[in-house]
Amino acid sequence: MSPVSDYEIVIGLEIHVQLKTRTKMFCGCELTFGEPPNTRVCEVCLALPGSLPVPNAEAIHLGVMIGHALGCEIAPRMKFDRKQYFYPDSPKGYQISQFDEPLCAGGGIGGVRIERVHLEEDAAKTIHAGASGRIHGSASSVVDFNRGGTPLAEIVTEPDIHSAEQAGEFLRLLRTTLRVLGVSDVNMEEGSLRCDANISIRPHGQTELGTKTELKNMNSFRYIEKGITAEVARQAALLDAGERVVQETLHFDPRTEALTSMRSKEEANDYRYFPEPDLVPVPVTAAMIERARAAMPELPAARAARFEEDLELHPDTAKLLAWRSELGDWFEEALAASPDGVSAATAGPLANWTTNELLKRLEGETDPGGSKVTPAALAQLVALVGAKSVTAAGGRQVLEVLIAEGGDPAAIVEAQGLGAVGGEDTLAPVVQEALAANPDIAERLRGGDMKPMGVIIGHVMKATKGRADGGEVTKLVRSQLGL
Amino acid sequence: MSAELTDLTAKAAIDAIAAGDLDAAELFGAYRAAAAADELNAYTWVAEDTPDLGVAADAPLRGVPLAVKDLFCTRGVPSQAGSRILEGYRPPYDATVVAQLAAAGTSLLGKTNQDEFAMGSSNENSGYGPVKNPWDHTRVPGGSSGGSAAAVAAGLAPWALGTDTGGSIRQPAALCGIVGLKPTYGSVSRYGMIAFASSLDQAGPFARTVTDTALLYAHMHGRDERDATSVGRPDEIALPTGERLDGIRLGVPDTLTGEGVEPGVMAAFAAALETARSLGATVEQVALPHADHGLSAYYILAPAEASSNLARFDGVRYGARSEAGDLLSMYTETRHDFFGDEVKRRILIGTYALSSGFYDAYYASAQKVRTLIARDFDAAFAGVDLIVTPTSPGVAFPLGAKTEDPLSMYLNDAFTIPISLAGIPAISLPCGLSEGLPVGLQLAGPAFSENRILEAAHALERAFAFENTPSRIGGGAAA
Repeated sequence: MSPVSDYEIVIGLEIHVQLKTRTKMFCGCELTFGEPPNTRVCEVCLALPGSLPVPNAEAIHLGVMIGHALGCEIAPRMKFDRKQYFYPDSPKGYQISQFDEPLCAGGGIGGVRIERVHLEEDAAKTIHAGASGRIHGSASSVVDFNRGGTPLAEIVTEPDIHSAEQAGEFLRLLRTTLRVLGVSDVNMEEGSLRCDANISIRPHGQTELGTKTELKNMNSFRYIEKGITAEVARQAALLDAGERVVQETLHFDPRTEALTSMRSKEEANDYRYFPEPDLVPVPVTAAMIERARAAMPELPAARAARFEEDLELHPDTAKLLAWRSELGDWFEEALAASPDGVSAATAGPLANWTTNELLKRLEGETDPGGSKVTPAALAQLVALVGAKSVTAAGGRQVLEVLIAEGGDPAAIVEAQGLGAVGGEDTLAPVVQEALAANPDIAERLRGGDMKPMGVIIGHVMKATKGRADGGEVTKLVRSQLGL
Repeated sequence: MSAELTDLTAKAAIDAIAAGDLDAAELFGAYRAAAAADELNAYTWVAEDTPDLGVAADAPLRGVPLAVKDLFCTRGVPSQAGSRILEGYRPPYDATVVAQLAAAGTSLLGKTNQDEFAMGSSNENSGYGPVKNPWDHTRVPGGSSGGSAAAVAAGLAPWALGTDTGGSIRQPAALCGIVGLKPTYGSVSRYGMIAFASSLDQAGPFARTVTDTALLYAHMHGRDERDATSVGRPDEIALPTGERLDGIRLGVPDTLTGEGVEPGVMAAFAAALETARSLGATVEQVALPHADHGLSAYYILAPAEASSNLARFDGVRYGARSEAGDLLSMYTETRHDFFGDEVKRRILIGTYALSSGFYDAYYASAQKVRTLIARDFDAAFAGVDLIVTPTSPGVAFPLGAKTEDPLSMYLNDAFTIPISLAGIPAISLPCGLSEGLPVGLQLAGPAFSENRILEAAHALERAFAFENTPSRIGGGAAA
C-alpha cells in the first residue's frame, strides 16, 4: 500500500456557530443551555399552526460582525429561504436558512478563503432511546425543542485546507476570532460550535478534484483531526486498491474511530429551497454595517501583528499568544503588571516565560487563568530573573512553587533562599573551591580546552543549590585561571 | 322576534345596544340559537354559552357576535382548518385578528366550515362535510370560506371572518349574495391564520352590507409586529357614505368578452355597469395583457407554498397520527390517512414545482408572471380608479357538479386570482340575480385603496338595492 503522502488532501469545512443573542432567531424565547426539556418554547419554535417568524435583529448584527471579522462582503439585503426536509428535529418541515443570497460572501482568515457566511435557525435536539444512540435501531425517540430556533451562523470555507493539522489550526483561529468577537460561546462540547468536513484526495498534480465525502458533526478539535486522518486513510486505501470513493455522508465515532455511512448521494435530500414567503427581505443598511464595525474588538490576526511589530515577539510566539485569546489576555495583563514597564525588552522574556516555562508546566491547560499563578506574580518573577536577583534555574524553582501554592515570587525567593549567589565576594570563593577540587579539569581549561567548563559550573551549581549564574561562573573561571 | 334580531345589520345592532334598546346577551343568544340549529353545515363549532358581555359594554363593536373561519387560531377552541389532520386541535393562542376583534368587543359565536386548508371553491373539500348555499340547499356556497359566507347570508351570524388566497372571500360572498372584502396583502395580520399560501393569504370580513364590512375591517387591519409581512396601511378606515360615483373612472378588462361566463352573469354585470353610469361613473376598457396567465401562475405558486406550509402536519407534535413501525411510515401514513384529495393534489404539484431542476421552469417563471400581472394593474390604475368584473363566471352550482373536474373548479377563480397575485384589494358585492341566484360584482383598486373601494361599493349597494335580508332569501325564506 502506498503512503497517504502520495495524494493531495483537499478539505473544505462547514462550521455552525450558535450566536449569543438573548432570544431565538425567529421568536422571543430566551436562549438557554441545560434547562429542563421543552421549557423554552412557544408557538413559533414549536411550529404550531398559524405561527409566523420574525427575524432577530441582533442575530443579523452578529452576522455582520462575523462578516467584518472574516473580511467578507456584506449583502445589500437579508433574504431568507426555506430548506425543506422531514425530520422530528425540524418542526416546520423546513429550516429557515439562506440559499442564494448569503449575508456574507468572500473573505478569508488564516490563509483559508471563506466562501460564505449565512444565518439560519438551529434544529431541535432528538434523543434516541436504545443502544445505538441514533435513530436507526432505536426503540423510541424524544425531541427537546429548547435548542430549536437558536440563531446559527454557518461559515463555509473554500477547499483550501490540505491536512488534518491545518484544519485544526484554522478552526482554533476561527474559534478564537469568534470568541473575541463575542458572537458565540464557541463551546464544541455544548454544541455552540460544530464542524462538518468535506474531504477528497487526488494524486499530486491532478487538476480535477476527487470525489468528496462529508464527515458530520464532530464535536472536538481532536476528533476532527482524527476523523479527517481516518477518512483520508480510508480514501487512500480505496484508491490504492483501484476502487472508487463513493460520495456519501459519514459519521466518525471517536470512541471506536470507526467511520459509518449515514446516507449516500442517491439518498441525498432535494431541499427544494425557495424564498421564505413569511419574511420580506430586510435591507442591510449602511448604519447596520457601521454599527457592527464600531463593535469590532481587536481580532487575533491583528493582535498577532501587534505583538510582532510593537513587542518584537517571534512570529510563532505572537501567533501562539494571539490565537488563544485567553492566553493572550493573560500575557497582556502580566505585561501591564511588569515592574520594568511595557516594552519589547520586558515583553520578550515574559512571553518566553509564559509560553515555554509556565504553559509547559500546566499539563495541557491552555489558559493560565485557571492556575494559582497570577499574571503579576509571573511578571515580578521575570523581573527578578532579568535583574539577576534570581538565576533562570532558580526562577524555575520559584515558578514550581507558584504553580503549587501561588504567592509572591520575592517572598518565595527569600523564604527558600533562592536568591542568586553572584558577585566577586560570594561567588569567587566557590569557583576557587571548585577549581581546587578538580585540578585535572583546571589544567585542561588552562590549556585552552573549554569543553569541561560544564564540570566546574556543575560543581558551583551544586554548591550554591543552583543559585549561581552560569555566565558569571564562566567569567570567574576565566579570570581566576588568567585566560 | 328572533328572526328580527338576526335580520339586523351589525351596525344597527351596535347602535341599538348603545341606545339601550337591545341587550347584547339577547342578541348573542338569538344568533347562538340560530347557529346551533344550523342546517347548512356552516359551523364546525358553536359557542355553548352566552359569554359574559359586561366587559364589552363600552367597546366599539359592543358584544356583537362574530363567526370565525375555522383556520383562525382561537385559544382553547377547535381550530381545524377544515382538515381531519387537525381534528380536535385546540390552539394555545389567539390569532392576532381574533384578539383584535375580541378587544373591540365582538364575541366568538362559532367556527365556520371551509375547504380543507382553504383549498377549494365550493367548500366540498372540507373534512367535515360540504356546506349548503342558503339560497338553494342543493347548491354550493362557494369556497373556501363557504361556511362564513353561508352563515352570514342565512342569518346565522351578523358578520364573519374569512380568508382569501385566490378568491376565497369574494367568490363565496358572490355565490351567497353578501359582501366580502379581500384587503391589500399585508394590511391585516396573518399571525394565527393556519397558512395555505403565505404570499397570497389575506384575512377579510364578510357582512350583509358594505357598511358592516367596512366596520369589521376597520377593527382588523393594522401593523402586527408578529407578522413580518404586515405593513400598517391603510391608516384609517372611514365608514362609507358615498351615494354617487361622479368622476369615478371604472375599467373593464378588455379580455372580458363573455366567453366562459354564464349569460345571466354577463347580463347582471352589464346592468351593474349601467347603474354605475347612472351614478356618474364612466366606464372604459383597460388592458391587463398578462392576467390570462394568472390562473396558471397561481396554480404553481400557491401549491408550492402550500407544499411547504403543510409539511408541519407530520403527526409528531399535534393533530392526528397514524401509528406505524418507523418514522417514515408514520409520516406517510399520517399524511395519507388524514389529508383530503385536493390537499394531496396541491402538495404534489407544489413539491414537483420546487424540485431540483424544475424550479426555474415552474416556480421562478410563475413569479415573473406574477410581477408582470402586478405591473399590468399598476399601468391600468394610471387610467382608471377601479377595475370591475363579475366576481365569479357563474352563480352557485349544484353540489357535486364539479368535484370530478378540478380544472373547471379552478376556473371559478379566473377573475379573482389575478388580483390576488397583484396583492391589491377588491370587494365583492351582490349586484343582481341570475336564475334566482345572486351575482357578485367585483371592484378592485390599487394597493391600500380600501376606502375608495368601500365608498364606491356603498353607492352601488344603495342603487342595486339587492335584497339579502336573511329571513327573505331563498332557502332562508323556505325554511
